[in-house]
Amino acid sequence: MNLRSLTIGIGSGLLAIPIVGFLLQGLSQLDPAIFFAWDFYAEVVVKGLLQGVMYALVALGFVLIFKASSIFNFAQGAMVLFAALAMVGFMEWGVHWIPAFLLAGVVMVLVAFLIEKVVLRPMVNQPHIILFMATIGIFFVLDGVGQTIWGSNVKALDIGISRQPIVAFQGSLLPNGMYLDPTELVAAVVGALMVALLAVLFQYTKVGRALRAVADDHQAALSVGIPLKTIWAIVWSVAGIVALVAGVMWGSSLGVQFSLSLIALKALPVLILGGFTSIPGAIIGGLIVGAGEQVGEVFLGPLVGGAIQDWFAYMLAMLFLLFRPQGLFGEKIIERV
Amino acid sequence: MTETAAPATAEANPMAPPERRFGAPMLTVDSISLSFGGVKALTNISFDILEHEIRAIIGPNGAGKTSMLNVINGFYHPQEGTITYKGNVRSAMRPHMAAAQGIARTFQNVALFKGMSTLDNIMTGRILKMHNVRAPETGVWGLDHVLSFGAGALDFVTQCLYWGPNEKEEIRQRTYCEEIIDFLEIQDIRKTPVGRLPYGLQKRVELARALAMEPELLLLDEPMAGMNVEEKEDMSRFILDVNDEFGMTIALIEHDMGVVMDISDRVVVLDYGRKLADGTPDEVRSDQGVIDAYLGVAH
Amino acid sequence: MFYREAGQFKASYAADQAIYPIRQDKVGILILFAFALVVVPLIAPQYWLNSILIPFLIFSLAALGLNILTGYCGQLSLGTGGFMACGAFFSYKITIAFPEVNIIIVFLLAGLGTALVGVLFGLPSLRIKGFYLAVATLAAQFFLIWMFNKFGWWTNYSPSGVISAPPREVFGNVTVTGASAEPESKYIFLLLLVSFLALMAKNMVRSRVGRSWMAIRDMDIAAEIIGIRPMLAKLSAFAVSSFMIGISGALWAFTYTGSVEALAFDINRSFEVLFMIIIGGLGSIMGSFMGAAFIVLLPILLDNLPALLGIPLSIELVSHLRLVIFGSLIIFFLIVEPHGLARLWQIGKEKLRLWPFPY
Repeated sequence: MNLRSLTIGIGSGLLAIPIVGFLLQGLSQLDPAIFFAWDFYAEVVVKGLLQGVMYALVALGFVLIFKASSIFNFAQGAMVLFAALAMVGFMEWGVHWIPAFLLAGVVMVLVAFLIEKVVLRPMVNQPHIILFMATIGIFFVLDGVGQTIWGSNVKALDIGISRQPIVAFQGSLLPNGMYLDPTELVAAVVGALMVALLAVLFQYTKVGRALRAVADDHQAALSVGIPLKTIWAIVWSVAGIVALVAGVMWGSSLGVQFSLSLIALKALPVLILGGFTSIPGAIIGGLIVGAGEQVGEVFLGPLVGGAIQDWFAYMLAMLFLLFRPQGLFGEKIIERV
Repeated sequence: MTETAAPATAEANPMAPPERRFGAPMLTVDSISLSFGGVKALTNISFDILEHEIRAIIGPNGAGKTSMLNVINGFYHPQEGTITYKGNVRSAMRPHMAAAQGIARTFQNVALFKGMSTLDNIMTGRILKMHNVRAPETGVWGLDHVLSFGAGALDFVTQCLYWGPNEKEEIRQRTYCEEIIDFLEIQDIRKTPVGRLPYGLQKRVELARALAMEPELLLLDEPMAGMNVEEKEDMSRFILDVNDEFGMTIALIEHDMGVVMDISDRVVVLDYGRKLADGTPDEVRSDQGVIDAYLGVAH
Repeated sequence: MFYREAGQFKASYAADQAIYPIRQDKVGILILFAFALVVVPLIAPQYWLNSILIPFLIFSLAALGLNILTGYCGQLSLGTGGFMACGAFFSYKITIAFPEVNIIIVFLLAGLGTALVGVLFGLPSLRIKGFYLAVATLAAQFFLIWMFNKFGWWTNYSPSGVISAPPREVFGNVTVTGASAEPESKYIFLLLLVSFLALMAKNMVRSRVGRSWMAIRDMDIAAEIIGIRPMLAKLSAFAVSSFMIGISGALWAFTYTGSVEALAFDINRSFEVLFMIIIGGLGSIMGSFMGAAFIVLLPILLDNLPALLGIPLSIELVSHLRLVIFGSLIIFFLIVEPHGLARLWQIGKEKLRLWPFPY
């Protein structure tokens, strides 16, 4: 993924926003059920983009594990929930949120080591579909254990982000400005930071190079002396910490509750769009899914009775798949005979 | 090249093998070029394969031999050039079209259905020849489509019910496959899941599956790879028998020069995607370019 | 010493290719079937029939359907719940509109309708594979449940969004659906229907169709080169699978719960059936039954175990523990025997052949 394709991508994305806007404006002339105003549209788009970053945070964990071990970790959502529960658990003991965050991070590293030892190691040579189903098992175990330890009530996660919406972009185009959720803004910044950090990790560090080697070919990596088991433990730990960050953001926004683990299901269309192996793809996929979902729900939803965000993202992803089976930035799947 | 490779006449040498009669070119590739992204796998390759002959394709690793086979059977589509098979000129084949028209192949890394037994693998090879219900051909375009759809549906129903026409057909095909199993001497492994078989036997099963397709052109990709001397002799014998008894045209990729020189009628040599030489084994063996690139000189 | 094959020589290919070539197996399964058909309805308590055997049969059918798609043809599908919903709602609409039509015909028609839906949502499988396909099937799942939920037409505009199965009869006067039906009649009806469909499935699987599915699963590139058309094979797998899953959904609504809403067929249902075939054994007809039995019995066992052992546990804790045990069992099975209970059963039989000798 180079600078050229990145600029093309961002450019066409930015262009798509006003184009879709014009399309919807046209539609609203035809069908009175659809209400369209440019400032309203802009607000919906921005909200969608921010929501998309939240999805992307979860998707990042998937990408990490898939990149390094070709395993689709269905339990990522449960890891998000577990991490958030751990942090809230510590905070309920009176710990300030920063050390609670660090402690929760330690917990996730421990969980990663456990998973590697108990589940991954005995299943080294199994086909990917079997490993995928094992991660479904991990999902249930984490879910159950988390709820056993910390209960299933909704918990508030307060790390000091104000709940007051910020009014921004007040100007001639948008006389009333736009309401932005501070939590989502923080999430956007955090997301950008994490992508940058992870990109640096993968490209420039020794560990990162080893991770990329393992993702390419286990056998070859083994034969040059890369310790597979350690690498996997590292990858799952990093994914766990990414899950923790996602959990903190989602938990601040929604409260920590069981349905958090189902957010993972929303991350799937993100991965499809962005490609399973691309870190920047996760962010961009998230942005597209988030914006698409919001715009679809608000403007097209009334046509069919609403609540289409249940499946809109998936349909979008499926359409993408038909034209580009590897996603926007994923590696092309070449079959060798 | 259309002349036949006839050795010395029978009167001159009574011990000479009988003259081999070859037919017209069954397959001709003409100026085929194939590239993947920036890598040129094949450049301007032209050669033909005559009916009933055994054609070897040899060359160093990476020369493009497997790519050539993949082009012939439709897995890769060349950017330039044409393939003429049985008189039809095409710019590319489709794999199941190639299969329907009588091209079968084996693969370098045995492509068997690991979850099935030997017998099932071979029976799967018969799939194009198996019909429980045949639609009559009327020649009327629309009607034929409707009839074949109806026949397909009826066929499916007979499979669900198994006993009746389906069972008869299964047994008929089983009998045919058992002949192939006898021919290749793999009777005792017919029920074994192929994933459990040793490599040499897997290659034999793959050959059996290819034979089950009743092909006219058989493409073999390194059929002797990884075998010991005995296994190679067996496999060579099978290949020669197949060519003798069934008159099957065979193209094979092989690295073992002894095998190539012994069993093939003509040889094509590839190197870096280009054709180096084309002729009888003797001609090729003494070609200087081939010696330099591939064979080397005996010291 | 009981399970010897000595003396059982097959003199024809037909005998060799029978479903149960070993005589003991054939006799055993016939005895089991006779027992299930005749003895069980007489002696089983109502609770067992209603809460264990009937859902077992229905889930077996659903597992069978999914196994054909995922186990035999290798196309991972998470849309099972949506297809069950199709079967349930299609048959409801058909039988309400045409009450005179025999309910078996209604179920078959609903199954065909679901098969069409299955083919439609299976079209992406021609381009995409593996996990990506699973996501496409999730699209089907979410979309279908939303559709049945959202549009009142499906429930005949019932205010509660729930459909109630009307009573229907077969063979003249035996009521098999709806709340008024006797558990025994429902059970026998289901047993016969499911056994018939299982037999069809077994026949398909050992014929050309089945071989083409397995070829696609094992190596679709090689399959294409043999002449198998991937499109036909995959779509036929989707069609047959959705047919069976649709019928199981209809049976769920009509003979098990009596009334159903779309949310009963949500994503959890899809996972439930997927676990059945994982634990039971991918690519095994018998495994579908075993997996269904396992998943149906497990919660009942877990619910009653603390009481049996005398350990007082809160209901909440039990439901959490159920998740943990469930997940652990899945991981355990995948590590120890990825081919599921069916393979364990086969290994057991092989050991039985040698019994009482160790090897």
